[in-house]
Amino acid sequence: MPGSGHEGPGTRDLAIVGAGPAGMAAAVAASRAGLDVVLVDAQARLGGQYFRHAPPGLRAGHPGTPQRGFGRFTRLAEALTGVDVRLGHRVWAVEKAVEKNAERNTAGNAGKAAGNDPGNEADQNPGKDAAAGFIVHCLAGTRDERRVTLRARRLLIATGAHDRPLPFPGWDLPGVLTAGGAQALLKGDLVPAGRTVVVAGTGPFLLPVAAGLAEAGARVAGVFEANGGAGLAPALAVRPGKLAEGAGYLWRLARRRVPYAVRHAVVEAHGGDRLTHVTVARLGRDWTPGARRTIACDALAVGYGFVPQIELATQLGCATEAGGDGEQVVVVDAGMRTSVPGVYAAGEPTGVGGADLAEAEGWIAGRAVAADLGRPVRPAPALSRRRDRLAAFGRAMQDAYPVRDGWKGWLRGDTLVCRCEEVPYARVREALALGATDARSVKLLARPGMGWCQGRVCGYAVARLAGETSPPPRRPVAHPVRLGDLAGLPDRADETQGTANDPAGEEAR
Amino acid sequence: MTDVVVVGAGVVGAACAYYAARAGLSVTVLDRGPVAAGTTGAGEGNILVSDKEPGPELELALLSARLWRELAGLGGFEYEAKGGLVVAETSEVLGSLADLAVAQAGAGVEHVPVAAGELPGYEPDLTPDLAGGVYYPQDSQVQPMLAAARLLSGAPGAVLRTGVEVTGLLRDGDRVTGVRTNEGDIPAGAVVNAAGTWSGEVAALAGLDLPILPRRGFILVTEPLGGRLGPPLIRHKVYTAAYVTDVASDSEGLETSAVIEGTPSGTVLIGASRERVGFDRTTSIPVLEALARQAVALFPGLAARRVIRAYCGFRPYCPDHLPVIGADPRAPGLYHACGHEGAGIGLAPATGHLVAGLLAGAAPTLDLSPFRPERFAA
Ligand SMILES: Cc1cc2nc3c(=O)[nH]c(=O)nc-3n(C[C@H](O)[C@H](O)[C@H](O)COP(=O)(O)OP(=O)(O)OC[C@H]3O[C@@H](n4cnc5c(N)ncnc54)[C@H](O)[C@@H]3O)c2cc1C
Ligand SMILES: Cc1cc2nc3c(=O)[nH]c(=O)nc-3n(C[C@H](O)[C@H](O)[C@H](O)COP(=O)(O)OP(=O)(O)OC[C@H]3O[C@@H](n4cnc5c(N)ncnc54)[C@H](O)[C@@H]3O)c2cc1C
Repeated sequence: MPGSGHEGPGTRDLAIVGAGPAGMAAAVAASRAGLDVVLVDAQARLGGQYFRHAPPGLRAGHPGTPQRGFGRFTRLAEALTGVDVRLGHRVWAVEKAVEKNAERNTAGNAGKAAGNDPGNEADQNPGKDAAAGFIVHCLAGTRDERRVTLRARRLLIATGAHDRPLPFPGWDLPGVLTAGGAQALLKGDLVPAGRTVVVAGTGPFLLPVAAGLAEAGARVAGVFEANGGAGLAPALAVRPGKLAEGAGYLWRLARRRVPYAVRHAVVEAHGGDRLTHVTVARLGRDWTPGARRTIACDALAVGYGFVPQIELATQLGCATEAGGDGEQVVVVDAGMRTSVPGVYAAGEPTGVGGADLAEAEGWIAGRAVAADLGRPVRPAPALSRRRDRLAAFGRAMQDAYPVRDGWKGWLRGDTLVCRCEEVPYARVREALALGATDARSVKLLARPGMGWCQGRVCGYAVARLAGETSPPPRRPVAHPVRLGDLAGLPDRADETQGTANDPAGEEAR
Repeated sequence: MTDVVVVGAGVVGAACAYYAARAGLSVTVLDRGPVAAGTTGAGEGNILVSDKEPGPELELALLSARLWRELAGLGGFEYEAKGGLVVAETSEVLGSLADLAVAQAGAGVEHVPVAAGELPGYEPDLTPDLAGGVYYPQDSQVQPMLAAARLLSGAPGAVLRTGVEVTGLLRDGDRVTGVRTNEGDIPAGAVVNAAGTWSGEVAALAGLDLPILPRRGFILVTEPLGGRLGPPLIRHKVYTAAYVTDVASDSEGLETSAVIEGTPSGTVLIGASRERVGFDRTTSIPVLEALARQAVALFPGLAARRVIRAYCGFRPYCPDHLPVIGADPRAPGLYHACGHEGAGIGLAPATGHLVAGLLAGAAPTLDLSPFRPERFAA
């Protein structure tokens, strides 16, 4: 496409979106196997969420701050020589490039390819081809934002996850933030979220957040886990070592006299123009709130799990299914291949399970892409076994920390469910009374999820209020893009195509 | 037994239910999904008389525009009588636009010719590179999903059953005597097929051929600009005269012509592409790019505004681009209200009004023969 001005260099072997543990490991594996790789991330720094580190200058002044996994991160980062790393590149869409010799392929064989053979993530079916590759549409730069278009024969989606909050009265007050947000602030900027912080929600992630805050000098006024932890046995049977890790966090909290309570939740946040205190309630088995008390604090970090970020996969039509926590995950085979030939997924998009699992999946995906492109790759059965074990642990943890329906009882009519569009709970109820029966129809009638964040924050709550689990995301535009940038291309309608797996698409163009 | 079963809780089914219930009939509305989640939830809500050539569809549109004004009194949904501004890039196009407006005037369409120099008075941010335009005060806009839901909740005694899929029709000889569903049989005096783009499938349950096919359209939505925060950047619905030719086109390929409008929530909607690709939901970046180019060409100031979402839907179209409205002589008891293509929101009240009239045994107030269901038979 001469003259269009925002084309990167020619077609690469592999484009990876997301430079967290999964994307970095995949990039290293694929480039070691001889592939030409481009690694794209929206952030200004490598590492994603887990490998998030403050820049060295900042770190120097805080000798005691936690930098877990720094050694692993450094080793991976150093092994990225030869990979074209594109930081500060937000991918707003991915699409299939057009096939030159219209040899259309039907999808569906990907799931079968190596699914029963965990010892060999190489492609057993070389005929399974990936159309003519993929186009990755990015926006680069902040003030002088511009379009960058990258092309690759294969695409790996390693876009991680985002926080999953639940609404409650006052959750929109300044001073209330997500558990992940508090962690990112602490790790990336070495700033504790407040002077006196309450940590609440559910899941194992609350513990490192609270410990990190306490050790960085914040007073942690309490950690409130909504579940009882009773269902942990199956998870610990898979990874007994994690018991020690959990106990380690609890000990670190106890040492700093941080109160820790199970079956409790923050059901309301109070304050005028910012947070001053929270109401904590004891919870019944289904999370119905019981006895209450208030705790003074200037920050609340709250999280009820994570939502895999899979809209790029659904843009391409990759099959998804509900994971253990009800969130949609991308369906992959033992080589991390999705249902769309040529598209792979690794890390949180295939199911939330933490950094170790993400990294293992990254290694597998990078090797599978190399093998599928004909590079010699030795089987690594131990890697696959490790992945399976970590994935089983992740699923067991999700089972142990479910979200129970009683949270709906925390809401009042005027509690905002969608903050972007300022939709209170009463309007959601009204939409349900008018005949909405799922998240999408509630959105159509009452607007939650129509705003700036496109339902990333409220999507889970709205789906649950409508009585369903989260549907697969429909976000044809994954990041806001200026109309001028979108308009910038010369007409090239003849160069792209619709889904290969929808026969109806073949009538077109 | 219910007098009428309406299949489909889109805006057309809702209007049929509303007017039938107002005529004193007992009505049950069935939808396999939620309310308004079919094409009604994927459209724009333009109620246009300006884009129609004199003829049966324009008659329907004029009746409908009047009925929407009345229905707005029900409350609970946005209705804006904002008017439409059609602009022409060249003097030739302006000439044919002016001719069309004169012909439409004969049918009762009001219009105001707008010289190039007067355009900024209507839309200050419009590009100066235009030959002129025509303003149509009867064009208006509605929030279609809420409107459909409110019509249903405002239909006296009507029962809405979501999650109920019609899988067969009950027959007594040729007569249709009710529907078979995943929740059992529902006998009825009459069945109205308002299943939108899927109406051909419902007709097929009666062994009838109704050639209704999907025509895909994409819409871009910007970040809020103004709205609650100030006056909107775009005051009317604004589109280029090219839209009129696209709507009537038989082309299989992609056509885009920007229709741009602000909404009370402050966002700007940019439609509308037209292409025949079956029910393919895959995002087409070239289509989004084409829409953006046309929008920026009309309103250069939009270049700096961000698109935050995009969506697509499937217009129900017939080969002759006219809807199907009326009793089906091949299956007494079965009525059709479908195939409105890109105008179903605008045309819904008139359709519902006419179908209800037939159901109640009144003589139609408008000649329905151009819309008769059996017109496609070879
Ligand atoms: C806010 C937050 C903080 C977390 N902190 C921790 C922690 O401290 N410890 C811990 O064990 N776990 C943490 N987690 C859980 C974490 O998701 C996993 O442990 C681990 O980081 C997963 O690795 P990953 O490679 O799958 O994804 P991530 O590490 O999340 O990496 C995904 C990367 O993809 C990029 N990306 C996503 N979409 C796009 C796009 N459209 N265009 C360009 N780039 C894109 C993101 O910028 C990100 O860098 C956190 C999660 C969140 C959401
Ligand atoms: C991008 C785009 C922009 C548009 N813009 C405009 C505009 O500005 N103005 C305008 O007037 N029109 C516009 N339209 C067209 C308009 O949206 C449609 O004509 C109109 O919504 C059709 O309404 P309906 O009630 O016939 O169909 P739908 O809203 O599709 O309703 C049909 C219902 O039938 C249900 N159904 C189907 N089969 C069964 C079954 N077997 N059993 C039970 N239920 C069933 C479906 O679930 C669905 O809810 C636009 C369309 C698109 C795609």
